[in-house]
Amino acid sequence: MLTLPLDVYHDIVAQALDEAPLECCGLLAGDPETGQVHRYFRCTNAAASARIYTVEARDQLRATRRAEDDGFEVIGVLHSHTHTPPYPSHTDITQAPDPTWHYAIVSLADAEPSLRSFRIADGTVTEETVLVAAG
Amino acid sequence: MPVSVRLPTVLRPHAAGQSVVEASPGTVGAIVTELVGRFPGMKGNLLTDSGELQRFVNIYVNDEDIRYLDKADTAVADGAELTILPAVAGGLA
Repeated sequence: MLTLPLDVYHDIVAQALDEAPLECCGLLAGDPETGQVHRYFRCTNAAASARIYTVEARDQLRATRRAEDDGFEVIGVLHSHTHTPPYPSHTDITQAPDPTWHYAIVSLADAEPSLRSFRIADGTVTEETVLVAAG
Repeated sequence: MPVSVRLPTVLRPHAAGQSVVEASPGTVGAIVTELVGRFPGMKGNLLTDSGELQRFVNIYVNDEDIRYLDKADTAVADGAELTILPAVAGGLA
């Protein structure tokens, strides 16, 4: 399960809308044991594309260091699908770097943004519950 | 003084769970070769079949991405820190 604080969820949706029609991306920092997210780090999409994303390498290092300084770890990545449902693409699956991570996707395909999250291990995608919690 | 190498979670199982290991100063390429020699399980994550650095790995020397330095030839001095992270990418293409 992935648990997002409400302010993180709002920040993710705002970023996706701000950066559309390009895909946006960012890193989720939190507790790897529970899937509780504590901070979200917006990152630059180095690919600057509506179809692909690459987390800018220096943003990734900065987010990783800040997460560790706060006693957390980077536990996953978020990216947006601007015109398609929130399900991992073939590229998302083959390039998933860490089987312990959470792969969250926010979709703007419908009138209301929707967010889903997945675990990806050895090419197998498993959807997980996403809880958005106040506080 | 050795170089401190910070490993991402995905590589730690190949290094008995350690998050930081030490290596000898030298170039990035030499340090990666040393790591693969000591921890053979990392080889596929770090090097291609032809011995080049994998594209889907980010390596930093003291916070600088080696793509903006001298790539595998980047010098790593005594006491420096080398950080390895998985490159994170995806999309529809």
